[in-house]
Amino acid sequence: MRKLFVIFLVCLLLCGCTVQPDNQPDQSGTITLNVYNWGQYIADGSDDSLDVIAAFEEKYPNIHVNYSTFDSNEIMYTKLASGGITVDVIFPSDYMVARMRKEGMLQELNFDNIPNYKYIDETFKNLPCDPENKYSVPYTWGTVGIIYNTKYVDEEDLVGWELLWNEKYADKILMFDNSRDAFGIAQYLLGYSVNTTDEKELEHCAQLLAEQKPLVQQYVMDQIYDLMENEEAWIAPYYAGDYLTMADVNEDLGFYLPENQGFNLFTDSMCIPFCAKEKEAAELFINFLCEPEIAGANMDWICYGTPISAAKEFMDPEMVEDPVSYPAQEILEHGTSYDYLPPSFSRFVENLFLKVRIS
Amino acid sequence: MKRNKSVLLSVPYILWMVAFTLIPLGVVCYYALTDPNTGEFTWSNIAELGTFLPVFGESIGYSLVSALLCLVLGYPVAYFIAHRKPLTQKLLYMLVMLPMCMSFLLRTLAWVALLQDTGIINDFLEMLGLARLPLIRHPVAVVLGMVYNYLPYMILPLYAIIVKIDNRLIEAAEDLGCTPAQTFVKVVLPLSMPGIVSGITMVFVPAVSTFYISQKLGDTGTFLIGDVIERLFKQGDNANLGAALSLLLMILVFVCTGIMNKLTDSDGEEMVVV
Amino acid sequence: MKKANRVITILIFVFLYAPMLVLIIGSFNEGKSLARFDGFTFEQYAELFRDQDLLKLLGNSILISVISSFVATVFGTVAAVGICNLKPKMRRLVMQLTDIPMTNPDIVTGISLSLLFVFVGTKMLGQRDSLTFWTLLIAHVTFNLPYVILNVMPKLNQMDHSLTDAAMDLGCTPLQSFFKVTLHEILPGVVAGAIMAFTMSLDDFVISYFVSGMDFVTLPVEIYSYTKKPIPPKIYAMFTLLFLLILVLMITMNLLQLRSDKKKVQVGK
Repeated sequence: MRKLFVIFLVCLLLCGCTVQPDNQPDQSGTITLNVYNWGQYIADGSDDSLDVIAAFEEKYPNIHVNYSTFDSNEIMYTKLASGGITVDVIFPSDYMVARMRKEGMLQELNFDNIPNYKYIDETFKNLPCDPENKYSVPYTWGTVGIIYNTKYVDEEDLVGWELLWNEKYADKILMFDNSRDAFGIAQYLLGYSVNTTDEKELEHCAQLLAEQKPLVQQYVMDQIYDLMENEEAWIAPYYAGDYLTMADVNEDLGFYLPENQGFNLFTDSMCIPFCAKEKEAAELFINFLCEPEIAGANMDWICYGTPISAAKEFMDPEMVEDPVSYPAQEILEHGTSYDYLPPSFSRFVENLFLKVRIS
Repeated sequence: MKRNKSVLLSVPYILWMVAFTLIPLGVVCYYALTDPNTGEFTWSNIAELGTFLPVFGESIGYSLVSALLCLVLGYPVAYFIAHRKPLTQKLLYMLVMLPMCMSFLLRTLAWVALLQDTGIINDFLEMLGLARLPLIRHPVAVVLGMVYNYLPYMILPLYAIIVKIDNRLIEAAEDLGCTPAQTFVKVVLPLSMPGIVSGITMVFVPAVSTFYISQKLGDTGTFLIGDVIERLFKQGDNANLGAALSLLLMILVFVCTGIMNKLTDSDGEEMVVV
Repeated sequence: MKKANRVITILIFVFLYAPMLVLIIGSFNEGKSLARFDGFTFEQYAELFRDQDLLKLLGNSILISVISSFVATVFGTVAAVGICNLKPKMRRLVMQLTDIPMTNPDIVTGISLSLLFVFVGTKMLGQRDSLTFWTLLIAHVTFNLPYVILNVMPKLNQMDHSLTDAAMDLGCTPLQSFFKVTLHEILPGVVAGAIMAFTMSLDDFVISYFVSGMDFVTLPVEIYSYTKKPIPPKIYAMFTLLFLLILVLMITMNLLQLRSDKKKVQVGK
């Protein structure tokens, strides 16, 4: 027994010695940049794409990127708001940029360090979420529509967002697992404004979502890839760019944008939150992602729309002309973006969504 | 005199436990009694707990059923292992313990791959020319997931007790004319009571607070209290309501385990695992 | 009856191991899905060893469980000796304190600790990143301590206290008598406690999930975020390797124990 104990101790010490705690302030002068992004939202080198983070680290050898992912704006916001952590670069959507800006959770960017900002198209400057272009640099834009499997879903059922309430497809429907997108869909269906602060309207939406619940297979975010590709589910509302990624794997998938009722048009931006430690390195990272060549290679993989027209030169021409990623102007006119909601109200919506889930 | 001095050795430990178990619970109380928007004192989080009582009820139901199923399934296994040769016992014991060391997230995911509509079992059924079955997203699937994950926590304490039961007692009962069934009910079962209680507690507590199994294997109607708390902390930005729910969950678990311990009068100082 | 037990046991083992088999087969799969086998390959293992980040996370997990179980074992054993000598009333109180992290659901422990760390770190000390390696270590030591105490206490209670008295009468200092007599007697409990603490810590997901920050994340926490997106099959390769490692470790432990048991029997004769 004693021998056993000695062996155990030796093993412990050996393991302890071989593994060094990382992220301690390094001697070599390397700094760690904490990047917090959506899942599947940067080219990672798979499928012959460019490994963007590796390319960045190669260009700036003294910066080490510590990359982590979130599945929704709300998760990212809660993680930052509950405190205790350092994050240097985040990728919030428009309404979240506005909310964080108003709550003092973003730092002003030093655009001297982001010369590539000049490549951003004029239409993506002075956005309502950041009217003075002080806090954010647009990363991507896109629409929210319905991804469906053409093998199982009849074309004639594509009449609008009602598709997600169609009992014919019970247990084969997926739904957003974040309150803003889920309520947005109910609002489009009921004809309310997506930026309403009328509690009655929202309660009506919650009721509609509760009615949908028995038909829903799962509330998911990025798990949708596997479920749709394997045909475990047939219908799911999601971001347009991700449809292209899925369609690469399963050719039977289609994309439907309910123009008649309206849909969400979003812009995701890069920001530096209040808790950042390496602001300058963060700006280098943002600048790097705005380099047309990098942005092009990156967009080829994530398939979202780019706000940098110059990047299109470096992209797969097929991608640039894809009507899902780059819909025609007259279609885009039917889209609306989500706006700022005050925090107490966001919490109210979140609470309603929770009640839908436990009902 | 020597004894009095060695008592001092426990002081750092007591301080540590106060600092990292009692004080954190105090902080949880503080959060439970403050408003998320203003940070002022409020009873509203506590008042809102009523809405979640059905969720608590459902969670308790699932975990009790799982714990009982674990007992029914685990007891024969523990009994079987306890009556092998020492070497076989060790080997089987190890095989029961091994799954506990592996990531339960991935193992649960493997169940999804087995059970889902396009999963392994259904593909197999189709190959045989049979119809596909709705195996996943069903309350039964949630119970299956819980039983699967927590069964070792039942088998190990049961085994530890059964292996200590004196065989002479069983022989004596048989000599006195008991049938095997009578021997089991009158001798073996009462003697293994401490193991049963500790096994049920060890399955019930993690099962009642789980937040992954129900998400993966249950349908949209199965949203357990662990899911609610996790959601409030990780994306609802409402740690205050989450704290109130955690307090209630904690009280509930303490009451349940308290009742269990009263039933057997075990003093809680004996560790039955390992 | 006995036959039924055997059948049930076999079925239960199949039940326990089937999902793990699925994962192991998945690690040799060319495709990404666990549910469909597209062809045999070792590519996932190559992929795994190319992924420095994933290996580092495994390192993190091992590091935190080694340090925390070591600290908890030493700290807990020393404390147990002290608790053992407390007055009965006080002793019951301390044991109740020890029971709190044991009976408390993990999710409550995790939440309470993370709220404490953020509360003290951010609100009281004004730090930005209060959730670090050190806070995670504190959390792991805290939930490991009861396992050590609860394994050591029974051994201490069973021990004949006149042995230590005798040792001291023969001129041992209290420290010497602890190392020469007490530790020898309670060693099985200490080892069992240490092993339990180590495995609990290595596989802990819930508490780490709530307590860890950005910089220092353990493998189970990262696996959770992997399960929320399309899972790269290299994760299954890692699972398989860990499975083999733990299997080998357990078998060696058992063999070693068996040998020392045999020796004891011989000495006893």
